[in-house]
Amino acid sequence: MGKIASSSSKSASGFMGWLNDRLPVTQFYKDHLSEYYAPKNFNFWYFFGSLALLVLVNQILTGIWLTMHYKPDAEKAFGMVEYIMRDVPWGWLIRYLHTTGASAFFIVVYFHMFRGLLYGSYKKPRELVWVFGMVIYLALMAEAFLGYVLPWGNMSYWGAKVITQLFGAVPFVGDALVEWVRGDYLISDATLNRFFALHVVALPLAIVALVVLHIAALHTVGSNNPEGIDIKKHKDENGKPLDGIPFHPYYTVKDIFGVGMFLLVFLFIVFVKPDMGGLFLEHDNYVPADPAVTPLHIKPVWYFTPFYAMLRAVPDMQMGALIMLLAIVVLFFLPWLDRSPVKSIRYRRWPFKLMLGLFTITFVVLGWLGMQAGSVTLTRIAQVLTGFYFFYFIWLYFYSRNEKYHEVPERIGDH
Amino acid sequence: MTEDVNKSRRTLLLSTGAVGVVGAGFAAVPFLKSWLPSERAKAAGGPVKTDISKVEPGQMLNVLWRGQPVFLVNRTERQTAVLESLNDQLKDPNSESSMQPDYIEDIYRARKKNFLVVVGICTHLGCSPKYYPDLVPQSFDENWKGGFFCPCHNSRFDISGRVFAGSPASRNLDIPPYTFLDENTIEIGTDGEQA
Amino acid sequence: MKNMIVMTLGLLLFSGFASAAGDAYIGEHVQTNIRSTDSLRKGAKTYMNYCMGCHSMEWQRYNRVAEDLGLTEDEMMNGLVLTDAKFTDKMTIAMAAEDAETWFGKAPPDLTVIAKARGLDWLYNFLINYYVDPSRPTGWNNLTFENASMPHILWEFQGIRQANFDVHTDAEGNETKTFNSFEQLEPGTMTEQEYKAMVTDLVNFLDYSSEPAQLIRMSLAPWVLLFVVVFTFLAYLLKVNYFRDIH
Repeated sequence: MGKIASSSSKSASGFMGWLNDRLPVTQFYKDHLSEYYAPKNFNFWYFFGSLALLVLVNQILTGIWLTMHYKPDAEKAFGMVEYIMRDVPWGWLIRYLHTTGASAFFIVVYFHMFRGLLYGSYKKPRELVWVFGMVIYLALMAEAFLGYVLPWGNMSYWGAKVITQLFGAVPFVGDALVEWVRGDYLISDATLNRFFALHVVALPLAIVALVVLHIAALHTVGSNNPEGIDIKKHKDENGKPLDGIPFHPYYTVKDIFGVGMFLLVFLFIVFVKPDMGGLFLEHDNYVPADPAVTPLHIKPVWYFTPFYAMLRAVPDMQMGALIMLLAIVVLFFLPWLDRSPVKSIRYRRWPFKLMLGLFTITFVVLGWLGMQAGSVTLTRIAQVLTGFYFFYFIWLYFYSRNEKYHEVPERIGDH
Repeated sequence: MTEDVNKSRRTLLLSTGAVGVVGAGFAAVPFLKSWLPSERAKAAGGPVKTDISKVEPGQMLNVLWRGQPVFLVNRTERQTAVLESLNDQLKDPNSESSMQPDYIEDIYRARKKNFLVVVGICTHLGCSPKYYPDLVPQSFDENWKGGFFCPCHNSRFDISGRVFAGSPASRNLDIPPYTFLDENTIEIGTDGEQA
Repeated sequence: MKNMIVMTLGLLLFSGFASAAGDAYIGEHVQTNIRSTDSLRKGAKTYMNYCMGCHSMEWQRYNRVAEDLGLTEDEMMNGLVLTDAKFTDKMTIAMAAEDAETWFGKAPPDLTVIAKARGLDWLYNFLINYYVDPSRPTGWNNLTFENASMPHILWEFQGIRQANFDVHTDAEGNETKTFNSFEQLEPGTMTEQEYKAMVTDLVNFLDYSSEPAQLIRMSLAPWVLLFVVVFTFLAYLLKVNYFRDIH
């Protein structure tokens, strides 16, 4: 590959020459791999982008294979999962790769987003990268929810019921909207069928397209780094950033190591603890859907629980739904809420570090609260934390305007 | 970059690459194997028991095994008597390249000379041939000595399922594994000892 | 790297919390061994004899159980199975759900994946915590699953027991009952130890049935992980080698 890349694309000779005259393969390879210069100081947090891509591929592959053995039929769906687990050769492994992959996707994406918060990766000129990322996150949540309904366990059923009920919060047309989404007066075969279509065709297409846009936008402006220093300011005589290294081979090699570390954890879960003690695959979802019996303790899968805790904290259905929606929407505006010229946390002072730390703890604790059965004290805590969640953004907007910060060096490595 | 670094780098690239390729190979196995018949398919494709006491000489019974027709023919003396004389008109008279169990041999292709068990699927393109038992001239063959004729592409088979030269099909009709459980019961799909 | 380890450990710990059961009475922890073919066979036998009259295993096949438990077709179909089912059949039952509902008030659930839904400790405690209660239509009640509609099928083995409760009355006169102890009214054919061993085997079989693939899954795990460790180690050396270029 190295040889191909180094030969000039102008001299149209051989097969590659023929191909490049018709499709700029070599140019593409250069633009995005061998001559895409990334800062040389990527750390641990920079593994999660490529890992998200890996999990996406895993979900698509295992997903395609699962659809080969599954029927979206309310009468059969629960049995289809058991059919895959028992009767299909290696079906159990393909299913566990998919279910564990769903949770892994969110773990990886949450780390990826947190990296953005740490190093200010959402800031100018990367606003669009962040916004595309947020849209992916939204699409991913929809995708995960729809997929969760397909095994047609009792949690699938009641989860679908509760979430579709949220559409009832829309003023005036709410009830009609709920019926339209469900395609019936209750969650039924019709609902399962449309959820299946959305889960296996519509949303995966959208997510793949969004990922392309996310990466295209990133490669237009270039990657940020833990120092938050713009490497394009200092280039050598060939126009190569002095603090940049070609993505391939350096970061491909490094990311492959990241993949190995990830697989170690991922496959450990798949082979040893695929239920994660009820966290990744819930106990109540091993009971077939029963419209007559609500599970004692109804809760979404762990990755939704921070928002679920906010929904429950508000003693009004419409307001709760609105708060939950706002909690996600506000993230879209982060690039404009944080007005500080400094990107990386490394050059910001203690108030920011403290507040970001508290914000992170808030999110995690909200996630924990969303898994617990409701109680008066816990609801009170959830209310306080929901308040702080929003307060953080308001605080950031005003604080970052005249923020005091440490001076940012010109070059990476200048301390 | 020194020579040493270069050399160890090449070794590492090769070994990591090799382990990676092997890993990818392992990972492909579940995906490929999941296309094999499932336990459900195997259960549904299990042996089929059939009572053959009602099949009169010259008659044929059509039963489904693994979703495909299996012809059970109670052959008459007259039908089997001509088999020998047809050998030079056939593509593979001794069934050397046929799909059949080891215990099926000779020109009768059956565990009991009078009783033929054959998969009723033309080896050309998978149509189901028709049974023409009588030794009378047919529109498709003036010297018809009884056998099977496939209406899709005019393949002709004798009463042992052997294909005539000049037919588009190239292989004799397949013989499934089967066992006579007793005089009147046959089980298709098992290679049991002969009762 | 430290981060990743912390994250992994955190996640594993976390999963422990989430599995805590509800407020059912769980007095004892059950220790099963899915690797013990002997225990699984005994459990299967108990299941076929005492449970399968009412509880199907709709997604489990006889031939799969036989294969995993090291039984021949003959041993399975003539030794264990009481019906004239075929070897490749699923473990369904003849009783129609509607009939069952009229007889018991509630159709006995299918038990294929019950161990995943309820957990092993719950199943074990449910089966050892029956006591007589004349106020119930079946004459039996259960400490773990109060007012269960299932009678004590295994009573002959455990014998008949009565539960003694302490009754507390608070200032407003509300009574609360807390369990104190069992009193053996009539001995069973088994000692308590034998009975608990039988239930343990049965729970072990239910665990197996909830996911037959766990046998192969667990046996593959060390090899898969070892392979990934080798790969990751090589990838690490490769990465270090390349990053020597970077200063």
